[in-house]
Amino acid sequence: MAAIVSTLGERPSATRASQGRVIRNPLWVRIVFTTIALIFVSSFLLLPLAAVFVEAFRKGISVYFASFADPDALSAIKLTLTAAAIAVPANVIFGVAASWCIAKFEFRGKSILITLIDLPFAVSPVISGLIYVLLFGLQGWLGQYINAEQPWFPALQAWLIEQDFKIIFAVPGIVLATMFVTFPFVARELIPVMQAQGSDEEYAALTLGANGWQTFWYVTLPNIKWGLFYGVILCNARAMGEFGAVSVVSGHIRGETNTMPLHIEILYNEYNFVAAFAVSSLLALLALVTLVLKSFIEWRHSRA
Amino acid sequence: MKPKILLLTGLALAATLAAAAKPVQLLNVSYDPTRELYVEFNAAFAKYWKAKAGDDVTVKQSHGGSGKQARSVIDGLQADVVTLALAGDIDALHEMGKLIPKDWIQRLPQNSAPYTSTIVFVVRAGNPKGIKDWDDLVKPGVSVVTPNPKTSGGAMWNYLAAWEFARRKYGSEEKAREFVAQLYKNVAVLDSGARGSTTTFVQRGIGDVFISWENEAFLAQKEFGKEKFPIVAPSLSILAEPSVSIVDRVVRKKGTEAMAKAYLEFLYSDEGQEIAARNFYRPRNEAIAAKYSSRFVKMNLVTIDEAFGGWAKAKRVHFADGGTFDQIYVQ
Repeated sequence: MAAIVSTLGERPSATRASQGRVIRNPLWVRIVFTTIALIFVSSFLLLPLAAVFVEAFRKGISVYFASFADPDALSAIKLTLTAAAIAVPANVIFGVAASWCIAKFEFRGKSILITLIDLPFAVSPVISGLIYVLLFGLQGWLGQYINAEQPWFPALQAWLIEQDFKIIFAVPGIVLATMFVTFPFVARELIPVMQAQGSDEEYAALTLGANGWQTFWYVTLPNIKWGLFYGVILCNARAMGEFGAVSVVSGHIRGETNTMPLHIEILYNEYNFVAAFAVSSLLALLALVTLVLKSFIEWRHSRA
Repeated sequence: MKPKILLLTGLALAATLAAAAKPVQLLNVSYDPTRELYVEFNAAFAKYWKAKAGDDVTVKQSHGGSGKQARSVIDGLQADVVTLALAGDIDALHEMGKLIPKDWIQRLPQNSAPYTSTIVFVVRAGNPKGIKDWDDLVKPGVSVVTPNPKTSGGAMWNYLAAWEFARRKYGSEEKAREFVAQLYKNVAVLDSGARGSTTTFVQRGIGDVFISWENEAFLAQKEFGKEKFPIVAPSLSILAEPSVSIVDRVVRKKGTEAMAKAYLEFLYSDEGQEIAARNFYRPRNEAIAAKYSSRFVKMNLVTIDEAFGGWAKAKRVHFADGGTFDQIYVQ
């Protein structure tokens, strides 16, 4: 707790000091820098965003909404939401568990675990997708096992053939790829928060007779909830927007394995620009909602 | 007593429903420019199959660069039929995955290619660079758009057409190689698929000339106007035979063999040929070809078999790792 109090206590003074420096700068410096920032923001962020909505409504509102009535579009929206709905909770469970381990305990290989968590940030999404093709593809490990003449466990092989699991080029592959690329978001948010808090409060709870679960639920979780929310929001934004990894494992079957970003690409390639931008605008809207939520949480957090 | 009756009626109802409509699904894995063709064709086939066999069939589509699509099928994409840009990509299903027999190409008439196309040039309105033939593409200052032959079937046809033109005009393989190398020096953007290149040329406004499938060129004209994107037919081009096949291992597993076969055979029917012609593919059927003769100009076309000794050889010499394309493109 002492650690948080001190960091929270320091922050306002640091901000005040930096404000002081800005104010002491001559007027023209402030004007120049503000203008550069505004031009940059409007030309690189606001303009493209506005363009998406302008293009989407180019042929009127009815055409705009008709774009969503298309069964392929609906299926893409549903698949995107499904993938996010599975990937985000899974990453929450993993993220909380991993950051708990990393922040509260000392063990061998901790730095390796932290590095591994960062791996999906470091590799290109295309590779993230190809990993699953190599693992589960017909020519990959699983495929080779299923096609093997003399497999290790014939019963397992027979069972796998009978079940006929479809992993890549089907929904499970898309969910797996989404989970992989969104893997670090929650853990990365929580590790610094938990490390800053230390383990003193948990020790106190344990000495007062709380069991492990109670300690987690009543002591740890309330302390990390804003960090957790923030991680979930980022994770969700990436899960819905992921293109590269999902593109590799999708197989691009219309109305079946196309997510919203993939569907947008197809519509664009079909010269169906209004529909492409309409679906884009929905995706952008989801991102905007995410950002608003994020700002709200930051605001709440700064007051808390 | 009551719940039991309800349960029984429910079961009976479910049984009749199951017996009445047997919804079946086919997956057609195709290449980029056939999206519009197969949207129309699938609807026609669904009607035909309903009348013939009584089943409701939905045909799902998947599109992308031809080579990439073949790779996906080899990796396990459950395609009942493949309708790809060239025989070489379908050969890969046999070579890499043993998904189809070696002699698949003989199973359907005319090299298993129910429709053909060729390679033409699309230029800017008024043809400002005065492009008439392959020679004009290697001139300095001409910016060319074509997809990557490593991933796109259409791009291989482009490459081979240019090669054959130069070999005939300048008389040797060595000269042809220099010509093609010169041409690829003028390439501004190398997209991974034919449709990507069309978008680059048409939407993003890059390039003076776009080496394109004839059908893709017509489609761009239909979308954006004839005057904006005039088509130029070179003095020599190549007869592109996009071939089709069922994927034996998949249809056997899914039990869709009969329907998948009927689907491909329907491409050769009068109705199928009409749909192909309407979607800018050159039909095989003479009568229907005659009907659309004003659209498809007569061109001097060579086939891959006579000019390059077949796909297997062309692929090995030109597009395999270390082949002529790799050699000229790194230079």
